[in-house]
Parts: sequence; structure tokens; C-alpha cells
Amino acid sequence: MSENKKFRSKSGKERTVRVIIYIFLTVLCVIWLIPFIYLIFQAFRGESTSMVTYIIPRKWTFDNFIFLFTKTNFGHWYLNTFIIALFNAVLQTVIVLCVAYALSRMRFKGRKFLMNLMLVLGMFPGFLSMIATYFILKLFGLTSENAVPGLILVYAASSGMGYYIAKGFFDTIPKSLDEAARIDGASRARVFFRIIMPMAKPIIIYTIMMAFIAPWGDFMYASLITFGHEEAYNVAVGLYKWLDKEHISNYFTIFCAGGLLVSIPITALFMALQKYYVEGVTGGAVKG
Amino acid sequence: MSKLSELEYLGLPPAKRKLHDIGQFFARLPGNLLHFLKKIPLGIWRCLCAVGRFFAGIGHIFADGDWKTRVSFLVMGFGQFFRRQIGRGIIFLGMEGLFIWFMSMFGFGYLAGMKDLGTQATVKTLNDYGLEVVTYKDNSLKILHGVLTIFIVIGFLWTWYINIKQNYTAQKLIEKGVRPKSFRNDIKSLADEQYYKTLLAVPLLGITIFTIIPIFFMILIAFTNYDYSHLPPDKLFGWVGLDNFQTMLATDASGSDKFAYTFREILIWTLIWALIATFSNYFLGMFVAICINRKGIRFKKVFRTILVMTIAVPQFVSLLLVSKMFADDGIVNSVLMNWGWITEKIKFWTTQDMARIMVLVVNLWVGIPYLMLIATGVLMNIPADLYESAKIDGASGFRQFTKITLPYMLFVTGPYLLTSFTANINNFNVIYLLTAGAPKTMAYEGGAGGTDLLITWLYTLTVTNNDYKIAAVIGILVFIVVAVISLIVYNVSPAMKNEEDFQ
Repeated sequence: MSENKKFRSKSGKERTVRVIIYIFLTVLCVIWLIPFIYLIFQAFRGESTSMVTYIIPRKWTFDNFIFLFTKTNFGHWYLNTFIIALFNAVLQTVIVLCVAYALSRMRFKGRKFLMNLMLVLGMFPGFLSMIATYFILKLFGLTSENAVPGLILVYAASSGMGYYIAKGFFDTIPKSLDEAARIDGASRARVFFRIIMPMAKPIIIYTIMMAFIAPWGDFMYASLITFGHEEAYNVAVGLYKWLDKEHISNYFTIFCAGGLLVSIPITALFMALQKYYVEGVTGGAVKG
Repeated sequence: MSKLSELEYLGLPPAKRKLHDIGQFFARLPGNLLHFLKKIPLGIWRCLCAVGRFFAGIGHIFADGDWKTRVSFLVMGFGQFFRRQIGRGIIFLGMEGLFIWFMSMFGFGYLAGMKDLGTQATVKTLNDYGLEVVTYKDNSLKILHGVLTIFIVIGFLWTWYINIKQNYTAQKLIEKGVRPKSFRNDIKSLADEQYYKTLLAVPLLGITIFTIIPIFFMILIAFTNYDYSHLPPDKLFGWVGLDNFQTMLATDASGSDKFAYTFREILIWTLIWALIATFSNYFLGMFVAICINRKGIRFKKVFRTILVMTIAVPQFVSLLLVSKMFADDGIVNSVLMNWGWITEKIKFWTTQDMARIMVLVVNLWVGIPYLMLIATGVLMNIPADLYESAKIDGASGFRQFTKITLPYMLFVTGPYLLTSFTANINNFNVIYLLTAGAPKTMAYEGGAGGTDLLITWLYTLTVTNNDYKIAAVIGILVFIVVAVISLIVYNVSPAMKNEEDFQ
């Protein structure tokens, strides 16, 4: 500490560097915050629903939110998205953990092949499969008015390919733990539930969180599968339409209000679980 | 950096050793690349050998098997019934029965339909009142049924192979005097030695139905003329061979090369975009991380939290809003004009160059926080003694960055750089939500615009233009681009190979 103090007092250069960094970071933060502040201001603006040339509203109001729930299908969209997100969080987490455990802990014929196959499949652009996915869902009758179960199915079905981060985490749990338990007569299934699962809490939370958040932002699949049936939209598809040329002058502040309602719970959840997110992301990036 | 002998290497302090490793990695890159290219023919040869061995194995089973095993080649599960594995036998026999029923009822019809995808789409007849009635006959989308049938056949062949193999194994066990596993043991092992089968069954079924089959379907579509003028159920589409690829890469049927031109231009922009977007985010994100994590800087958590908010807010809200903020009559232009800084509106999205710069800049807004998080994690792990010794040697801050921080970061996050490069090639959200590909230009075919990436063009072609055949071709070409880049990098970088090292 004393050394640190000496160093600080000695070097005026160090102080200027720090001041520059503070200024830089503050400017950065302001730039990063502007769109969100703008969003909040617009959501509560009362004098008109179109875009205006000033930032701070002249009249503050809740009308936009009331309009959302009384005059539009926003409530439906919100509920749809919430249901999808909830189911997706459960199904996707189960699937990802199963795949990750099998590929991390067990050695079987075809394991390498399977991993390479999923790697190659991941290189195809997601859209390529969209049209066929649509027809397959249609075969099961899960489009338009039944789009909610259809979307849950689509999200969950392909989630097995996103096992990398969870597998990377399982890889770091020492294998000797499994082996000790297996010598004591525990089956693989028991090892999975009793030993690995309790240790995998951070990655389970990370997976649940990502699986819950993803459906809120999905536009491409949802727009295709819900096509032509407004009540089945999710929030992204519903709100997107309000910013096109015909609607924007009547719906701009409504869009902002809706966007705010979507953002608040997601952001709150994200911030609360930030620690796990950082762990998952850095772990995933470093180990590939 | 020259290669040290083992003794010299071990004599180095651990920190320097790490640095040496990193230097060696970059020095070996070109060699590894060459090595990889040499490996391709070898890999193909090995593949062929494996296929050969597979069929030889089947032949061997038939030659070496007893009569029960041989009958099982035709009647699945036959051998199992005689070897006290009745449970397995019933399953195999049942599957064969089901398969035969399916194929005779539907399967062969579907497969036959694949040949010309239907001959007559609709029949118009007059009903009793003299009104025209349209009856739908063939539908080219039956191709999907054909694809499903193909996968069922493949699945059946695989089951058949397992069946004969199990017969053979059981036969050998009995010859040795061991009793093959009973059905109850089979079930039990699904929770133990074969637990992976239990774990992977559902996920793999999902991937097969919703990823593999659709991709296979779209690859087939690339060889048909399925587009807006051949939409079922009113019209039929059929096989056209490699015509679509020719349209895309050279000239189309009418001799115009507009599609090829558009494709080339968009491919180049996609690669430029991916390169700049990846590296600008990478370096600026790292820079911000270094600033925030610098010794003596306070409010680290506040800065970090504010930046991370962009990750949390759903992109369709934040990006759509940003795109409207920079619109011609958006808030940015208005405020700048109110302040008297500009007199004419800046056309952020309506000229190609400006729009391209804007998407790259806004992408920084999206990407920097993410990189900042990753870089923070990695920076913490750099051994502190590296910096200590550098300081003693009198290295400046900049030199420390280029000689220690940067190589270390690149070494550790190499695989991430690759994934983020390929993710940027397919970065739909940023482009579509910001510009939707605009500004559109007449120079491009297929509704493409100045900021369109291949992936957003693919979207426009499918959803807006219904030009499925061309979309399928683009999808395949995107795959080839991504696959080639990934294959090379995966094979060259060491981090991907040593999977077992972590455990």
C-alpha cells in the first residue's frame, strides 16, 4: 500500500492517464445509455404518437401503456412469449445438459462423429432450414393459431447443438469423482443426478437464463411460423410491424412503451444473474 | 523465435515458458496450414477404407454366422428368439413389420413421386351448375414426404445392421459358453453403461427432424425451380439440375449475369463486414476492458454494468430504436439541426457507403460490452510475473501490450475469434433490424440492397420474393464459405485438439 502511494504521488503522468481514462469511460457510458434513456422518454410521452424533433417529452403520461393493453393484441403477444420462454427454459436446459453430459463423460462409438456432425450442421445458416421446418410443422398442424407449441418445439428440438459451453464446464469437473462413485456401485444415471448436477449449478442457471431470454428476441422463426395470425405473434414480430412506414406515425411511442415492458423484466433478470452469464461466456470463449 | 532445446526450455521461469509457447504457436502457423492441406487426400482415403471395412464386416458376419444368424438377415430378430432374447427379438421383428407396412402403403409411392415431382397440378372441371371447380392433384411439396421416406429407409437399414451384428455377437458369446444379456439387463444398462443412449435419444431425434431433414430438403430445392412462378398447390416445380448454381455463379438462362454480379458483390461485402466487425469489436472491447481493469480506476462495477445493459435488452428493441434514431427525420438529425451544428439532414441509411459505416459503428455498440466481459476474464488470468519482469526490463506500457497482452489474448481466445467471425457472416439481427438491407439499388438482382449480407438476402429471397431455389443455393454457398474457413482454422489451431487435456 505504501509503495502504491509513493508511486502515485511520484508520477503526475499516471494521474493524467487516469483522468483521460475516466473521461473516456464516462463518455462511453453516456453513449451507451442514450438509446435507453430515449426509449424511456418516448414511452411516457403524451403529446403525440409519432417521432418528434426533441428529446424530453412536453407531457408525461401512461396513455401509451393503457393503449397497449386495451386497443392492441400486445397482451396476447406478451403472454405467448412468456409461455414459450418458460417451456423453452425447461426443455432446452434438460436437453443441453443431457447432451453435454453424454459427450463430456461417456466414451462410446460414434461420439466423435456426432460432435463433428453437430459442428458441420451448425455451419449451415439457420434460414436454410426455415422453409422445410415450416412445412414439417404444418404437417403436424402447429403453425398460425397453434404457433406457440410449434415454436416451443422448434426451439427445443434444435437446442441439442448448443451444448458446447455446458460440455466445457463438465469437462472441468474431475473424472475421478465419477470413478469413485462408480466403484461404489453407482450407475451412470445416479452419477449424473447425484454428483454432477449439484456441482453444475452455475451452468444450469446460465442455460436456463439464456433459454428463457432467447425467445423474447426471436424474430425470424416467429415471423414465419405465426404468419397471418396476429394473436399468435410473439412480442418481436408484433412490435416490429409498428415501425414500418404505414404505422410509425401512429405507433412510435406505443412501440417504445411495449419495448420498455419487454426490456424491464429481461434486463432485471439478466442483471440479477450477471455473475453466471459472465462465467458462462468467458468459459465458453476461452475453451471454445 | 527459435526453438529451444528441452533443457533450455525447462530452465526458463514459468511465465517466460508460456510466452515461448505462444511465440512458437504463431511461428508454426504456416507449417500447420501446409500440413492440413496434405491431410485432405489422406482423410478421403481413410473414409473409403472405412466404408470398405464396413461391407467386408457384413460379409464376414454372413460367412461366419450360423443358420440363425443368417436367417436374421431376412427376418429381423429371428436369431434373438432362439437365444433367449425375446424382448429384443420382438422389437426388431416389430420394426421390420412396421417398415414393410409403411413402405408398401406409402413409402414406394413417395419415392416414386420424387422422380418428376408431379405431372399435373390442378384439374378444372365444370360442376352441375356450370361453375368451374378446381381439383388439386399433384403437389410438388410432396418432395418432403419423399425426404422423410429416405430418412426412414436409412434408419431402417441402420436398425438392420444392428440386428445382424447383435445376432453375431450373441452367437459368439454362446459359442464361448456365456449367456447373452437378458432383456431386463438391457433395460438396466440404459441407465448405466449405455446411459448415453437414453440421454441422446430425444435430442438427436429433435435434431434429425428439425435440422437435418430441413437442410436436406433445402439442398434438394437448390436443384429445382421452386420459386414465385412455380408455387404449389396451383403450379408444379421440377428438377432443373445445376441451373440455379449456374445462375448464381455465371449467367442465367437469359444470359444476364446480374445474379452472379449481385452474389459476388454481396459475398465481398459479407466478408469485409465479418472481418471488420470481428476485429474492431475485438480490439476496442479489449481496450475498454484494459481501461476498466487498470489499477487505481474506481467505479469498475458501475462502468461494467452500464455497458452490459446492451446485452440484456432484447436486440429487436434496442436496434430498431437506434435505426429510427438515425433515420432521416430521426432524433439525431433533429437535435443536430436544432443545435445548429448541421444545416442539412445527414443521410445515415440512404447512401450505401454511409449505411455500411453506420452498421459497423452500431455493431461496435452491440459488440464491445460482450468482448469487454470476455477480455476481462482472460486478462485476469495472465500471470502477473510476466508484467513484473517486463517492467524490470524497462518495457513501456505499449510494449507490454504488444508483447504480452495481445499475444496471450490471441492465443487463448483464438477459437472464439473464429466462432465470432462465422457468427458475423451470419449476423442477421444487426443488419436486418438496422437497415433491412437498405439502401436498395437497381444494380442488384433479387431485392438486395447495399448493406445486405448473404444471410439477410437469403431472408428477403425466401420471405419477400418467394425465390426459394436461389435462396437454397445461397444457403449452400454460405455453408461452403463458413465450412472452408472453419476447417482450416480448426485444423491449424492447437486449442481445439487436446480435448482430453482439461479432464
